[in-house]
Amino acid sequence: MSTLLKSDPVTGSPGSPTSSVKAKQSLRTRMKRLNIPGGLGGWIWLAIIIIPIYYIVITSLKTSEGYFGQNPMALPASPTLENYQLVLEANFSTYFMNSVMVTLGSVIPTVLISFMAAFAIVRGRGRYLKFVNGVFLMGLAIPLQATIIPIYLMIIRLNLYDSLLAIMLPSIAFAIPLTVLILSNFIRDVPNELFESMRLDGCSDWQTMWRLALPLTRPAIVTVAIYNGLHVWNGFLLPLVLTQSPELRVLPLGLWTFQGEFSVNIPAVLASVVLSTLPILVIYVLGRRQLVSGLTAGFSK
Amino acid sequence: MSAATTHRAPSELSKNELTSQPKSALAWLTVPALFFFVVFAVIPLIGVLILSFARWDGIGAIGAAGMENWTSVLADPDLYNSLGLTFLIMIVSWLVQTPISLLLGVFTAGTQRYRAALAVLYFLPLLLSSAAVAIAYKALLDPNFGLAMGLGLPFLAQDWLGVPQLALGLIIFVIAWQFVPFHTLIYQGGVRQIPKSLYEAAQIDGAGTIKQFFHITLPQLKYTIITSSTLMVVGSLTYFDLIFVLTGGGPGNSTRILALDMYLRGFRANLMGPASVIAVVLVVIGLALALFLQRLGGKDKQGSQLEGM
Repeated sequence: MSTLLKSDPVTGSPGSPTSSVKAKQSLRTRMKRLNIPGGLGGWIWLAIIIIPIYYIVITSLKTSEGYFGQNPMALPASPTLENYQLVLEANFSTYFMNSVMVTLGSVIPTVLISFMAAFAIVRGRGRYLKFVNGVFLMGLAIPLQATIIPIYLMIIRLNLYDSLLAIMLPSIAFAIPLTVLILSNFIRDVPNELFESMRLDGCSDWQTMWRLALPLTRPAIVTVAIYNGLHVWNGFLLPLVLTQSPELRVLPLGLWTFQGEFSVNIPAVLASVVLSTLPILVIYVLGRRQLVSGLTAGFSK
Repeated sequence: MSAATTHRAPSELSKNELTSQPKSALAWLTVPALFFFVVFAVIPLIGVLILSFARWDGIGAIGAAGMENWTSVLADPDLYNSLGLTFLIMIVSWLVQTPISLLLGVFTAGTQRYRAALAVLYFLPLLLSSAAVAIAYKALLDPNFGLAMGLGLPFLAQDWLGVPQLALGLIIFVIAWQFVPFHTLIYQGGVRQIPKSLYEAAQIDGAGTIKQFFHITLPQLKYTIITSSTLMVVGSLTYFDLIFVLTGGGPGNSTRILALDMYLRGFRANLMGPASVIAVVLVVIGLALALFLQRLGGKDKQGSQLEGM
C-alpha cells in the first residue's frame, strides 16, 4: 500500500492503457506451458480450500447423533435443517439487520464523501489539496486499529457508546484513505477533453462532478463499495469494543457469542458460520466479477 | 483542528488560483472527508500518544501518569514476547504466502477453462469473516470429530490449541488459508499486465519455460510483489480478530501478538495507559515498515507503478 504513497495527484497515468491491451493477447501462448508444476499446485491448493468448507457445510446439516456417530467426512445420513432453525431462533435475524445497517451506513457516506474529495484532488490545484492528499496517503500506512482506545474514549464522551452509530463513524474514517486513492486513480483516467467540453458548455464543477465524473467512474465506485462493505461486514474489533447490548450485536460478534454459548453443539455453531456467510455467497454467485474486482479494489486493476 | 485547516484553505487557494477562478471552489469538496478523517483517525492518533502518559481504567477519571506507563511497559518481558511473536508471524506468513500466491496467480492468469473454474473456488475463503474462519477451524481440529478422524490422518489429531508451537503453526496456516486467495488475485492481475512481446522475444532466443519465469515473469512482477508484500506485512499487524477468536493469545502468552496485547491490557485488565504505549509502538512499526517497503520500490517509478496496479 505504501508504494502508492508518493503518487502525485497532478500527473497522469503513463503506460497503463496500452499495456493492458497487450496483456490480453499475451495469455494464450505463454500460459499453456506452465502446466505441470502449476497444475499440480493448483489442485493441491484446491483440496486445502475445499475440504474445510465441505466439512463445515455437511456438519452443519447433521443431527447430533450423526455428528457423534458418523465418519466426520461422510455425507449426513439424515440431513436436517434443525441447526439452522436453532441459530435463527438465537436472534440471528437481529444480528443480520444490525450488520446490514452498519454496512450501508458506513459504505454509502464513505463512498460519497471520498468521491467528492477524490474529484477535488484530481481536478483542482494548489497547496491545500496537495496537503489533503498527503494526509490521506499517510493514513494508508497507519494500522488504524491502534487508535481503538482513544476512539473508545471519544465515543463514550459523545454519548454514543453502545449504538450502531458508534461502529459506523470510525469505520467511515478508516475507509476514507484507500477509497480516495482508488477513486482518484479512476477519475484521473477520464480524458481531459471531456472535462473541457463540459466547461465550455457552461457547467459548474459541481455539475461536472455528478454528470460526468460520477457516471464514468461507476464501475470503480461499485468496486470500492464492495471492498469497504466486506471489511465493515466482517469487522470485529470496533463492534467488540464499542457495543455491549446483545440486541446491538453485528454478525461476527453474534457468531462469537453464539459459539461461546453453544460450544458443545458443533453442528449448530457451524450452521451459524454458514448462515453468516450466506449473504456474501449470494452476492458472489450473482456478481462474481464485481466482487472479485472489489476485493482487490484496484490493486490489480 | 479540522476547523483550523478548513478555514485556512480558501484564503490560501485564492492566492494560488487567481487565474482559474472556478477551481478554488473544489477545495470545499474535500471538507467532509477530511473532517471525518481528522476527527476519527488523526485526533485518535494524537490521543493515543497522550493517553500513553495517562492513568485511566476505562471508566473513571483520567489522570497524569508521567513516564510511568512507558517505563513499566518497556521493562515488561511480555512486551518483547509480543513484539517477537508479531515479527515471527509477519515473516513466516510472508514466506509461506508469497510463493504460493505468486504461483497460483501465474496459474490462474491462464486462459484455460478449468483454471477459471478453480479460481472461482479458490476465492471462497475471502467471503468468510475472520471470526467465522476461526470458529470453523476450532471445530475442524477436534481430534475425535474433526478432519483428523474424517480423513484418517492421525497426525492431524494434535492438541492444536494447547501446545505453543502448534498453536503458532496453526495460526500461520489459517492466515495463509484466509489470505492467499486475496494475494493470488493481486498476482493474477499483475501477470495479466506483462506484455506478450517479452515472451515472444524470449522464445525466439530459445529460453525455456523456467527461464522465462525467472527472467521475465518474476522481474516484471517486481512492483506487484512489493504491493502484495506491503499489504501482507502491514496487514499482519492487525490479525487481531482471527487470533482473538482462535486462541485468545494462548496457550499462556504464546500467540499474544501486539494488537492482542493492546486489547487485553486495555479492555480486560483496564490498564488503558500501558495499552496506549503498545498502540504507539504499533503505529511506529506500521509507519516504519511502510516507509521501508516504499524505499524498496524505488523512487523513480512511483507514478506509473501505481497505475499498473
